[in-house]
Amino acid sequence: MNTLVQPLMNFGNWLWGLLAAVVVWIFGQELAPSVMHAIKILLLIVCIVAPLMGAVAYLTLWERKLIGWMQIRIGPNRVTFFGLRWLGGLAQPVADGLKLMVKEVVIPAGANKTLFVLAPVMAIMPALAAWAVIPFSPSLVLADIDAGLLYVMAITSVGVYGIIIAGWASNSKYAFLGAMRSAAQMVSYELAMGFALVCVLMAAQSLNLGEIVRMQQGNWGFLNWFWIPLFPMFLVYLIAGVAETNRAPFDVAEGESEIVAGFHVEYSGMAFAVFFLAEYANMILVSTLCSVMFLGGWLSPIPLAIASAIGLPWLAADSFGWLLVKLFVVVSSFLWFRATFPRYRYDQIMRLGWKVFLPLTIFWIVLLGAWMQTPLWVWWQ
Amino acid sequence: MIGRIQQFFRTFLLVELVKGMMLTGRHLFRRKITVQYPEEKTPLSPRFRGLHALRRYPNGEERCIACKLCEAVCPALAITIESEQRADGTRRTTRYDIDLTKCIFCGFCEESCPVDSIVETNIFEFHGEQRGDLIYTKPMLLAVGDLYEEQIAKDRADDAAYR
Repeated sequence: MNTLVQPLMNFGNWLWGLLAAVVVWIFGQELAPSVMHAIKILLLIVCIVAPLMGAVAYLTLWERKLIGWMQIRIGPNRVTFFGLRWLGGLAQPVADGLKLMVKEVVIPAGANKTLFVLAPVMAIMPALAAWAVIPFSPSLVLADIDAGLLYVMAITSVGVYGIIIAGWASNSKYAFLGAMRSAAQMVSYELAMGFALVCVLMAAQSLNLGEIVRMQQGNWGFLNWFWIPLFPMFLVYLIAGVAETNRAPFDVAEGESEIVAGFHVEYSGMAFAVFFLAEYANMILVSTLCSVMFLGGWLSPIPLAIASAIGLPWLAADSFGWLLVKLFVVVSSFLWFRATFPRYRYDQIMRLGWKVFLPLTIFWIVLLGAWMQTPLWVWWQ
Repeated sequence: MIGRIQQFFRTFLLVELVKGMMLTGRHLFRRKITVQYPEEKTPLSPRFRGLHALRRYPNGEERCIACKLCEAVCPALAITIESEQRADGTRRTTRYDIDLTKCIFCGFCEESCPVDSIVETNIFEFHGEQRGDLIYTKPMLLAVGDLYEEQIAKDRADDAAYR
């Protein structure tokens, strides 16, 4: 057990006791265990979603900063808290959020009102729901279900509905075009992504995300992780992940130079902000999944032998911090892609998805199956 | 054949993409060239064409002789001039308006002026808060000229060698 986790769990228990006391104080009696359980789950969901929303907000700032630096600019550096100059730029997400909140949500005259309002909800729901099965540390996961990987695949596929409905309900040709492109793209890349994940599940012998991470444990640190035997799948997953989230260079769905903003062109104010949140939450989700499945999740990249040899044994400890580091690196690489690559043409995207990734992943599944039968498979015995 | 195999591996190992990312990666650490505007400013040329001004001679007499060349040359029709004969027999403007919302800052008025009366200063930080604020009348233009005469004269002197 990690030394950091124990005080945290003590604190959690204390908080739980406090909650029980508050419930007794409010209702004058103890509630049924099932109700208490529901309250506990609800609180845990808040504990995941609230930091996630904060991370999304600051990811937008980090994106603008990083891309700015890569273009030899300095990025946002004006909006600050309490007029402190050295905090310059840190309040930018807050200002952006406030601006979007006070803006009017315009519903176009020809739009289908119900679906128009429903679409952002449908876009952000899967981006948040998928977090239920993500293992943050050896003991920290909301729902430790056996078919975690399947659950993630199923939930993230639903995200495309939000986009299609948004494009259709807007009653605008640009929104509709963007939605069609986006839908075709997401469906195509889900295949390659799914096959890449089949490789992971073959290598890990489990669909449980926590189990997948545990299978990457070993004495060799980062050499034990699945990114080495599954390197092509790692790349396929990363690229398909970029395509799934409609990020540059696969952002034809938004294509601001051709179809303005794509499926969310008619959205404004908070409705637009929800799409925005969904996109960035999806980015963080894909990066987290990438870290969990290929980069060893919460595992430390440094082998215990080396860490104790240089006198820093805590570096080899497995913790949530390592997941954060990996997550941050992968998310930053998403931004790096955006700063580097020009947009793919639509037919090139389709060609890459169907004629390159799909054969490649199927080939690797067969290869991996054969490889795992030989003594050359050294990742686990 | 070997070329095609090379091409195959180059494609699948994403060599070109990695090269591109190295480039942006290098730029990440380059010195940033952003000019942080209100605190830092770029140098302005003496030929900079900003806010207009009407100049005076050192004895306080206004230069403008109401020849209306600027009005005639103005491609945006932003200048309106009315004139009359003053008591001492000289021709003077009674009205000299420049609509800065029409003006395209081409500098033709300055070029056409035979007495260097209408000039464009290097002031670019001006604004209007109400409709009509940017229609500059003769007293306003003369006031700008009086206030910045030193800078205007210096810019004209600096540029004179190239004219």
